[in-house]
Amino acid sequence: MFADLFSDFYQFADVFAFLILSAAGLAIIFGMMGVINLAHGEFIMCGVYVTSAVYHAGLPLPLAQACGAIVAGLIGMLLEVTIIRPLYSRPLDSLLVTWGISLVATQGTLIALGSTFPGIDTPGHSFSVGEYSFSSYRMVLFAASLCVLGFVYVLFMRTRFGVHARATMQNPGMAQALGVRKGFIYALSFGIGTGLAGLCGALYAPTMNLIPTMGASFLVEAFVTVVVGGANVLLGTGPAAIALGAIRAGLNAWYGQVVGEIGLLIAVVLIIRVLPDGFSGWLTRRTS
Amino acid sequence: MVNLLNGPQTLGRGRAFWSAAAAVLAIALVYPLFVDSYDVGSSAYFLCWVFMALGLCLMWGYNGMMSFGQTFFFGVGGYGYGVIEINLGVAHGGAMASLVATLVVTAVAAASLGYFMIYGRIGGMFFGIVTFAVTLALAFFLNQTAGPEWHIGAARLNGFNGMQGMDPLTLPWFGGDIDLEGTAFYYFVLVLLVAVYLLLRLLVNSRFGNVLVAIREDPLRAELLGYDVRRYSLVTFVIGSVLGGLSGALYCSWGQFISPSSVGLPAAAMPVVWVAFSGRSDVTATLIGTLLLIAGFQALTIYSEQWALILMGVLLAGTVLIAPDGLIVSLANVVVRRRARNRTVLRPSLQER
Repeated sequence: MFADLFSDFYQFADVFAFLILSAAGLAIIFGMMGVINLAHGEFIMCGVYVTSAVYHAGLPLPLAQACGAIVAGLIGMLLEVTIIRPLYSRPLDSLLVTWGISLVATQGTLIALGSTFPGIDTPGHSFSVGEYSFSSYRMVLFAASLCVLGFVYVLFMRTRFGVHARATMQNPGMAQALGVRKGFIYALSFGIGTGLAGLCGALYAPTMNLIPTMGASFLVEAFVTVVVGGANVLLGTGPAAIALGAIRAGLNAWYGQVVGEIGLLIAVVLIIRVLPDGFSGWLTRRTS
Repeated sequence: MVNLLNGPQTLGRGRAFWSAAAAVLAIALVYPLFVDSYDVGSSAYFLCWVFMALGLCLMWGYNGMMSFGQTFFFGVGGYGYGVIEINLGVAHGGAMASLVATLVVTAVAAASLGYFMIYGRIGGMFFGIVTFAVTLALAFFLNQTAGPEWHIGAARLNGFNGMQGMDPLTLPWFGGDIDLEGTAFYYFVLVLLVAVYLLLRLLVNSRFGNVLVAIREDPLRAELLGYDVRRYSLVTFVIGSVLGGLSGALYCSWGQFISPSSVGLPAAAMPVVWVAFSGRSDVTATLIGTLLLIAGFQALTIYSEQWALILMGVLLAGTVLIAPDGLIVSLANVVVRRRARNRTVLRPSLQER
């Protein structure tokens, strides 16, 4: 009985971690900054590749994963300063430009590194509950997703940088007039977003086949989580991942992966139909 | 009629434009006499894609609906044609009936998807994201239909490897059907393209088109003026998506093959690149730019598909950053402005006043 319950929880936790980790960076870039970053998947791919390259150069895995996140963050900051900056008032154009970047990044990686890249063996052992056996690394991912949620909340709600960042997103002109360095805040926020994307890639690097088009497999889940979460990402992303995770895990268990994937998207369309402002809009209305 | 063709929502009017257009059409008509049938076949292949771009131009450029779903409907059209044709057979005009049936299926699919999005007030960027997600889901679904259990009637979907075995289109004619292959197919697609282009010009310059542009500029104001914004948008979405389906069905008839890679990434990016590069706000610019880009892309693909895709990405990002209206539209505007200036120079009396 307990084993069955734990098995259900394990499958839910697996999907939940995937949704949170892939959506966290996008929640900042898309949800807060309003840039529709279709190159999000490529930042995740960047995290995966850097992690694998550093790991095979001989560093221990956690250090390699940190490198993956940091490199993705730095590339993101560079991109923000050079290309994204003029596009804040033109969200649909940001979508087109980042899609162009995504095409270049995917195909460039394909040319430079070939269609496969050496992967990493999944660390950790399996543990068993009742007659089922589970991978302990998946539990690490679940814990990491909770840490990322906590980190984003503390960073944006409890630090001076967070106050400045939220003020800048809300009213850049006024924030600047009050002495906030707007350009610095934008670049750093974007870098944190892409860094979290890189972290997602770094954490999933030991569980996946490394191919240059792998970013696309994260992209849709990331976007639907943020969209269902709604405008206030700090409030909405968590509940959105819980709801979508439950739907996806249930469908996966009963009907298989394909129904899970397609059912998730149908659920998203239905949720947006009922709650146009996402979960955060609904929660705000309920509490105010 | 003529006034509608030359209306305010389209670039290119007056005698010079229509003479040039007639000349281009004449060249396109006699062109198969001078080259071998392989080149005619690949030109027909280029033309097949243009319908999809024109559909996106109508939705995005005239009504402001950024749809990533053109390859979704391309897939519905391609697979639809294949499935219906294989089950119906080619005799007694079966292939042409399949094409018509496919367009009906695409229209129904577009109407149901569009109803949920447009009547659900999924607007702006969310529209793009939802159509994007649906497109990737279809590609994902088709990719795993490899087993023999995935069939519709006699047609096997064949997963990643794609579906084949359908017959090309035939035109029912007195005294035997005409096989639309090679040069005949080229003429068929060319006539279809000219018809669709002229009809679109009529449409966007009509009262309907004016309402579409009003919705693009300010949906709330259009609604307050008494127009049912959602109904207009839904009709536009269906027309644009059916053009995507037409591209898919023609492509499937041309190569007698359709695979999930025509639906998913990076194929889904292509219509957006064509239309954004050409200038989404005008059908003529989209027509010209799309043909140029497809021809260029094909020429490059012979050497390296990756580099061709990289160039597409750079073109997309570059156009949006440097010429947000699209390259062809920007060029056309420069020409129009220069001609206007020349005219004032020719008539100095205007300046003296």
